Amino acid sequence: MSERPARVGLFVTCLVDLFRPTVGFAAVKLLEEAGCTVEVPRAQTCCGQPAYNSGDRADAKAIAARVIAAFEPYDYVVAPSGSCAGMIREHYPTLLADDPAMQKRAQTLAARTYELVSFLTDVRGMSGVTARFDGTITYHDSCSGLRELGVKQQPRKLLATVAGLRLAELPGAEICCGFGGTFCIKYPAISDKIVSEKTADIAATGATTLLAGDLGCLLNMAGKLKREGRPIAVRHVAEVLAGMTDIAPIGESKAE
Amino acid sequence: MQHASSRRFKENARRALDDAQLQRALGHVKKNFVERRAAAAARLPEFEALRDRARDIKNHVLENLDVYLERFEAKVVANGGQVHWCADAEAARQTILRICRSVNAKLVTRGKTMIGEEIALNDFLEANAITPIETDLGEYIIQLRHEPPSHLIAPAIHVNKEQVAETFRAAHTDLDPKRPLTEPPALLAEARAKLRSRFLAADVGITGANFLVAETGSSIIVTNEGNGDLTQTLPKIHIVLASLEKVVPTLEDAATILRVLARSATGQEMSVYTTVSTGPRRADDLDGPEQYHVVLLDNGRSRMLGSEFREALRCIRCGACLNHCPIYHAVGGHAYGWVYSGPIGAVLTPSLIGVEEAGHLPNASTFCGRCESVCPMRIPLPKMMRHWREREFERHLSPPAARWALRLWAFAAKRPALYRLGASIAARLLKLRGGQSGRIASLPLAGGWTAHRDMPAPEGRSFQQLWAERSRP
Repeated sequence: MSERPARVGLFVTCLVDLFRPTVGFAAVKLLEEAGCTVEVPRAQTCCGQPAYNSGDRADAKAIAARVIAAFEPYDYVVAPSGSCAGMIREHYPTLLADDPAMQKRAQTLAARTYELVSFLTDVRGMSGVTARFDGTITYHDSCSGLRELGVKQQPRKLLATVAGLRLAELPGAEICCGFGGTFCIKYPAISDKIVSEKTADIAATGATTLLAGDLGCLLNMAGKLKREGRPIAVRHVAEVLAGMTDIAPIGESKAE
Repeated sequence: MQHASSRRFKENARRALDDAQLQRALGHVKKNFVERRAAAAARLPEFEALRDRARDIKNHVLENLDVYLERFEAKVVANGGQVHWCADAEAARQTILRICRSVNAKLVTRGKTMIGEEIALNDFLEANAITPIETDLGEYIIQLRHEPPSHLIAPAIHVNKEQVAETFRAAHTDLDPKRPLTEPPALLAEARAKLRSRFLAADVGITGANFLVAETGSSIIVTNEGNGDLTQTLPKIHIVLASLEKVVPTLEDAATILRVLARSATGQEMSVYTTVSTGPRRADDLDGPEQYHVVLLDNGRSRMLGSEFREALRCIRCGACLNHCPIYHAVGGHAYGWVYSGPIGAVLTPSLIGVEEAGHLPNASTFCGRCESVCPMRIPLPKMMRHWREREFERHLSPPAARWALRLWAFAAKRPALYRLGASIAARLLKLRGGQSGRIASLPLAGGWTAHRDMPAPEGRSFQQLWAERSRP
């Protein structure tokens, strides 16, 4: 593992901030275990994808400019989400292309921005965790992390070192879950069809827990699994890697 | 132009989702096509490098489109053929009609061409007392059923064999009712028997083109049934109906792109027939048409050339983006409401018939990016769908409720203190709404979500709140 202490600005993501703070704390714990000091800039809100993907370029640019200003002081920007990290890494430089000075800053930040798990393995050289999790899990590869950032083996590599954990691979793990940000609200019937096939595939693995690296997809799949009454727990991969699984799974409560 | 129902995408999609037979048919798309392409790509070590070369060839063509089209025309003319430049669908239809009437044509055979669908050629010919016969099996089936194609390369993918048998029994009135038509070979034999006589009787054969080759003035088609060959060699006149971005500089370039075309489409190394046509029959040729015409259609493409949608003109119509699209898998091709479906349809259709008409299509995407990851020409399809959304947003075409919600959200997202306050209140309220269960079964303004799934309740306090407390000594 790298000895150099690195200063990481944690990009919490709007969904983790609102729905699942535990994921943020799990990220902090893992980053500290990887020898980083973690700070959470107060000025962050969201990466701007809702505006960007709705065609509202002006607001997306304004939000991007704020994110850049807030995170420029850090060695790295790390997000517990392939989607938000992908937005900063792959899309900010093109979004801000018409202002050369701003684009340069966007490119500089983009090059230092990572999805959490791939940052731990690829940048910090983490090869294992000390967590324990008894049970069979299956893993969904969220689209942006997979196709924009190449996150595929990294979570599997670390999960393989979690004591007691068994991975049952999900057929069609690389197929979208039907979330798609505002898509699932704009085209609910189609989104439902896609997520229904996903939950059927998940159930067929026999796993008792579903993990993924993006909270949007997790909320979608958890919401469907719960509506269907399927007894499958849903968690963000960081919760398991950090050993922070005392909290109830997504969409459940302790009482259950 | 072909009638469009893209405005009714949502209703079309609903119907498709409720159509059990269609859903079974779509199951084959997402399994077979995907597996075959993956296997074909894996067998060819240079596949990814070929995709780069194919992309570069088409980019070069699009940079120099005028040069290559003029070179192509000069060669066609030198070979004894003619090129007809057509700005729009009507010009193309009238040109074809004029050529047909010049030989008093009554029967026209047609090889599969998407451009023919784009300009609604069959309806037009029928209205002018000329009988068009589709000779590709899938196209023949949907012609008899009076349906548009539901897939770029498998136009009748939505139909099962029982429906094909029904269609044949209804259309082929001389068919013995006792003859079994339960198996695909029987269906094929029936179609072949009917089509054979038409090939011989046709006055004009119309095909599309997968490539127009500038250095030789040739058109190239690929088929798996050989129907294209009979269509273009047997009648007196061969009309090639193609859009202008089909041109490539050399045969070598066509060969490079052919190496990614069939692999991306069906997983074949090559289609069964790859046929090169160069001009009309020469004096010592044993067969071939007496006249060779190329109807070159623009229909909005030169406008795309100067826009952010230019890269979509690299498309070679392999259908890989459809085959890998979760939206296409869910609703099939007809829901898109016009000729082109799937991700490429979501980019092309607004370009060709207007974003007012087809505004739903680029919105009906999760941006999962699987289409771009398999496109042999590396067309950035999600990026282009996003560009359409930008145009819609600029022109206030997106729904007012969505615009207001977005405006409100963006106002807060640019004001971190306000946003933190809002998030902490929302986290608390939603937690309360979830009660003991940890999930919310119905929520005002979120009906699109809660109609089909629960909304997991938040933990109750925002991360920023908790972090601020932790950091405070």
